[in-house]
Parts: sequence; C-alpha cells; structure tokens
Amino acid sequence: MKSSLKLTLGLASAITASTAASSVAHAEDLTLCWAAWDPANALVELSKDFTKQTNIGMKFEFVPWTNYADRFLNELNSHGKLCDLIIGDSQWIGGAAENGHYVKLNDFFDKEKISMDDFVPATVLGYSEWPKNTPNYWALPAMADAVGWTYRKDWFSKPELQTEFKAKYGRDLAPPKTYDELKDIAKFFQGRDIDGKKVYGAYIFTERGSEGITMGVTNVLYDYGFQYENPKKPYDMKGFVNSADAVKGLEFYKDLYKCCTAPGMTDAYMSEGLDAFKSGQVAMQMNWFAFFPGLYKDPNVGGDKIGFFPNPAGPDAHFTQLGGQGISVVSYSDHKDAALKYIKWFAQPAVQQKWWEIGGYSALKAVVEAPSFPKSAPFAPDFLASMQMVKDFWAEPSYATLLQAMQKRVHDFVVADQGTAQEALDSLVKDWTATFQDDGKI
Amino acid sequence: MLNRTAENAARATPEPLARKVRGISDKGLAWLFISPTILLLLAINIFPLFWAIYLSFTNYRANRSNEVVKNLGFANYQRILGDQDVWIAMQTTAHFVFWTILLQTVIGFTLAWLIDRKFRGHAFWTTIILVPMMLSPAVVGNFWRFLYQPQTGLFNYIVAFFTGVPPSSFEMLGSVQLAPWAIVIVDTWMWTPYVMLICLAGLRSIPEYIYEAAEVDRASNWRQFWSITLPMALPFIMLAVLFRGIENFKMFDMVNLLTGGGPGSTTEVASITLKRQAFESWRTGYSSAFAIILFVAVFGLANIYVKALNKVKQR
Repeated sequence: MKSSLKLTLGLASAITASTAASSVAHAEDLTLCWAAWDPANALVELSKDFTKQTNIGMKFEFVPWTNYADRFLNELNSHGKLCDLIIGDSQWIGGAAENGHYVKLNDFFDKEKISMDDFVPATVLGYSEWPKNTPNYWALPAMADAVGWTYRKDWFSKPELQTEFKAKYGRDLAPPKTYDELKDIAKFFQGRDIDGKKVYGAYIFTERGSEGITMGVTNVLYDYGFQYENPKKPYDMKGFVNSADAVKGLEFYKDLYKCCTAPGMTDAYMSEGLDAFKSGQVAMQMNWFAFFPGLYKDPNVGGDKIGFFPNPAGPDAHFTQLGGQGISVVSYSDHKDAALKYIKWFAQPAVQQKWWEIGGYSALKAVVEAPSFPKSAPFAPDFLASMQMVKDFWAEPSYATLLQAMQKRVHDFVVADQGTAQEALDSLVKDWTATFQDDGKI
Repeated sequence: MLNRTAENAARATPEPLARKVRGISDKGLAWLFISPTILLLLAINIFPLFWAIYLSFTNYRANRSNEVVKNLGFANYQRILGDQDVWIAMQTTAHFVFWTILLQTVIGFTLAWLIDRKFRGHAFWTTIILVPMMLSPAVVGNFWRFLYQPQTGLFNYIVAFFTGVPPSSFEMLGSVQLAPWAIVIVDTWMWTPYVMLICLAGLRSIPEYIYEAAEVDRASNWRQFWSITLPMALPFIMLAVLFRGIENFKMFDMVNLLTGGGPGSTTEVASITLKRQAFESWRTGYSSAFAIILFVAVFGLANIYVKALNKVKQR
C-alpha cells in the first residue's frame, strides 16, 4: 500500500512537472550563431521580445572572435544544422552565397516589403549583396560597425600637457584629424608619466592569427591611396595594391607601431586594446565602434574621461575599415520559416531602435538618420561619419586565403622587421594573383 | 574446475550458435576477435591516409563542395617543394626540433644521473621534476604567455634581477630573435622530465656487478661513465630522442598558444603552416600533399633512426 502510494505520488509529481515544463516550452527553438562580445549580450536581451511575440524560443551559440571564423565556417562547410540564423562576417558573403550556405532573401524581402533602400547603403553593399553592387541579397544588415578611435579626454584636457603640446607642435592637444597629427600625439604621450604611471601613445591592431593586423593596417593604407584593384579592370592589382602611396602607408603603420605602442603588443587585437585602454595604459586606442558603449560605461575610464574620434584622414583619402555583419538564414536549417520570421521581426523600425538603445548598432536609416540620433550617445556622431566612409576587405569566396596572405605579408614587415614595405606589398600582389588564378578569375 | 566451467558454458550455448562456432578454426576465431579493432583502425587511420593521398593530387577545397574536383597530378607537390615559405617553415621546425632535443637530452640525462645517486629525498624530487610533464600543453602555453609578458611577467623580472636589464626592455614572444628561443625554453621545461624518466630507466637497468668489476679494475668514475654508463644507457637515450623528435616535428599546440607562429612567420613551424593552409585558406588538396610530404619525411627519418638504434642495441 505504502509503495503504491509512493508510486502514485511520484507519477502525479512527474505529470505536474511535465505540465509546468510544457507551459514554458516553445513551439520550436531557433539557434542564432554569432561572436561572443557585448552586442551579442544585447541581442539576447532584445530577442526575448521576439520569443514573447511568437512563442519561438531562442538559443545562442556565441564563439570568441579569435575562433569565430574557424568555428562557423567549418559549420557551414560541413553543412551543419547547428545554426538556423547566423550573423556572419561581411567577408563571408561571397563564399556563403556561391556555396549555397545562405538562403537568398530577395523573394522574402519582396513578400514582406523589406526594402534595402531603408538601410545605410554601405551596410547593404558590405553585408548583404553578392555579387557586389547587384540586387542579390543574402543577409539583412544586422550590426553596423567600423573602426574608430577612443582617447583619454581627461589626459588631453590637462592644462600642463596642453601647454607643453602647443609649445612643441604649435597646435592644441585635440583629437587628431589626420594620421600625421595622430602620430605626433602618440609620440607626445609615449613613455610619459601620468598620475604616477607610465603610459603609451597609441594602441593599434597587430594580431597575426585571424584578421587583426589587416583590419588595422587597412585604415592607414586606404588613406594613403591603397586600392584593392584597378577600378576599371577587376583583379588587376599591380600598381594599386603595391603603389608608391600604399608603400608609404604601410611604412607609416610600422613607424606608428615602433614609436608609439606599449611593449608586448606584437599580437594584439580587440580584447588587448580594451585591456590596454581600461587599465589606463594608452592615450588613444584603435578599435571597433561596437565596443564603445561598453567603454563609455566603464567606471574607471568611461564617462567624462573618454572621448571618441573617427579614423583620421591620410594624405590621399579618408576612409575607415568596415566591420559589422548581416544576419542570414542558414540553408541547412530545419527551421527556415521560423528563422525568416525572426528576420522579419528584427527588421522592424521599433526593434531596430531598441537594438541601438541597448548596445547594438542599427543600420536602419530610420534609426541612424533620425534627428535625435547624434545626441543619443557621445560616439553616435563619429559612428555616423564613419559609416559614410567605410571600405571593406575582399568579400570573394577565397577571402580567407586572401586574408591569410595579407596577415602574413603585413605582420612579417611591421612586427617581424622582415624585408621592406615594397617587398611586402609586391609579395601580396603575387599571393593574391595566384589565388585568383586558382579560382579561374584571372 | 576450469574444464567443467567451459563444458557448462558450451552446454549453455544455443545449439545453432554452438554449431556455427564449432565450425570455426582457431585462426578464424582469432580473426573474429581482432576484426573489430582492425576495422576501426582501417576506418580512422588507413582510410583517411589513402583519402589524403588521393586528395593531394586534386584541387579539392573542403569549403567548396559544389565545385568540380580536378586531377592536378603532382602539381601540388611541385608547388609545395618550390614554395620558399614552406622551406622557411621546415627550417624553423628543424631549428626547434634540434635545440629542444639537444637541451632535453643533456638536461634530462644529467637529472636522471643525479636522481640515480639515490640521495636523501630523491623520490620527492623526482615527483617534483615530473610535474611539468603532467600538465596540459594548453595550460602550459597560457601560463608561459603570462610569464613572458614584458611588463608584468615573472620571467622578465627574473632576468632583470640577474642581469640588471630593465624588464620591459625585451619581449620574449614579440622579438624575432627571442621568440624561437622562448618556445624552446618552454618545451624543454615541459618535456625534459620525460627524457629524464626514460634515461633513469636505462641507468637503473645497468647491472651493479659491472660497476663492481670496474672498481676492482680501479677504473676512475669518469672512465666508468664513458665506458659503462653512457654506452649501456645509450639505447634508452636514443629511444627518448626518437619519441621527442617525432613529437616535436609535429608540434602545434604550444607554438600556437605561445606565438601563433609569430612575430611575422618567425616561429611558424610546419604544422602551423599546414593548419593555415588546410583550415584557414581551405586548400585541402594542397594541404593534403603537404601532410603527405611531412609524413614521408618523419617516417623515413624515423626508420633510419630505428635502424641505427637497433645497431647500438646489438653492440
């Protein structure tokens, strides 16, 4: 009797528990794959609204940046079903489109009246289109981003430093407008004692393994006149990649690295930059706008102590490296319809507005071109200015090979002191030419 | 008793199965038992090897499964053997293998010789010395990265303490000159105990009576070392060198964690180049050819070495 009572109670509890569980279970769950960083946490918060509205649960697969490309490109190449939605890097678009990893979204956009004209043109070109400059869309711009700079406003405003700087350089100590000015300021701060601590001039990207040094050096190269190819003849790179101006740009990046960075920054990317800035080590930091909301909130270096400026101009041009990603539906997913529902939901102006407010970067014109936008955050005007002058790395299906070649050639010259800038860029032209020949494009 | 158990088991076996088993010879039964292992080995070792050999003659790329796979003949092999970057990576590997083996053998044998003296507390010290070997390479790589940090790392401070050089004036992992040695130091720190252990086994296997006979002949300690200890421990030392040589030739994890092949390509050993070609550039055919070349090189060198080892053993 006792045992049958126990059995009855056990069964009753199990049934109650399963009923309770089913009340929080969702019709289906979607898995969204992205990099592990601050905006991803904001997206988790944002997506709770989607679940509330649709009863579709959201799971997230976030991978650190250093393994992000390896992990998710492997997943796509093996036709894995882990990700229903993926926020993939801008350079993946060519390969993902040509290899059938992403669902083409044109029909869906037409049906749901989602217009790419409503998004910032640079983001549509960078994150959604393949082939470039054609109306073939494989992603919805999800996270607009570009390289920008932070600086220590509190150090810049110290009267004694302002006086000394003006005496030395004949101008005010203010955020630089050109790379020459940036170098002067970096030299000025390099090795200086501030508040009893030795500080350094600038933090720039030097990472070798993934994309770091390329994403850093291109900011200078573009401004010095580097071009990926002859605008009139695709894949003709000689004299554009390794032009005399591009060589000067590469030499400048190396000079900046040698004169004005902290010791040990030989393999440093986003997180090392954030650490260097947050620990009060550097006066200026190159990094992605995506991190700026978090830095602004930092109790030690944020608030009044931090300032922002867009990538400075060079002698020939004024560009900045495009970052950011679009959101795509993975063609191997078993939940494509639900994934498309998410994209439809995400594209709504109200959702995009909230996305910006909680730490994401919207690419929707209605958000970023609103009159109130520049005053919505201290870095908003610089972000807006940067998005008007972005340029991206190759987005070809062979982008990974092209990227690795550039990582090697630039790192060998800048960090490892091997060869000259001219040799590095000449070798790069050879590497890239061989890659495009392998692809049958030349 | 055993026979009765076997009889009982035979009786308990269902008749059709028993009839089948009775029809199998001892050799057949042996094959039956080892066949799962053989199948497993074929599936996870032999098949991938032959598949890699096949891919090495093609332009296959794992990230472009839709593309037509073309037969390139020996083009991948020609390209690799004519690629200057590959030769630089091979030289880097050779430098790494040579110095790590030399240091590990000298230090490992010396430690083994000292431990073999059986001084007070030698068991405790043996355990302490073995600790680095027991750690995961991932852990070792990460904490040595911190130790080598030029501004806060302990290594730089220790060097500064003894030499008077400012700690942040040199970068073990960021300097082209120092980075290869930084890796050699870490690998030596981690794997010398392993060499020591094998050498210790060699030293302990030398019969005591040989030394006693040498004492009777009034041979000096130095003479005993050169004529007894070293020759008799030599096969063990050579075995340790073989194991470490093969292991370091394909070293990946520690180099990847410490320098990632940098600065520039200064510490880019062959396995890092291979990984970049295979999983970052997705040149599967090319990287398969590279892997086959490395395999043949290691296999060939190891065979020559094993023959030499056998000759030493036979002396």
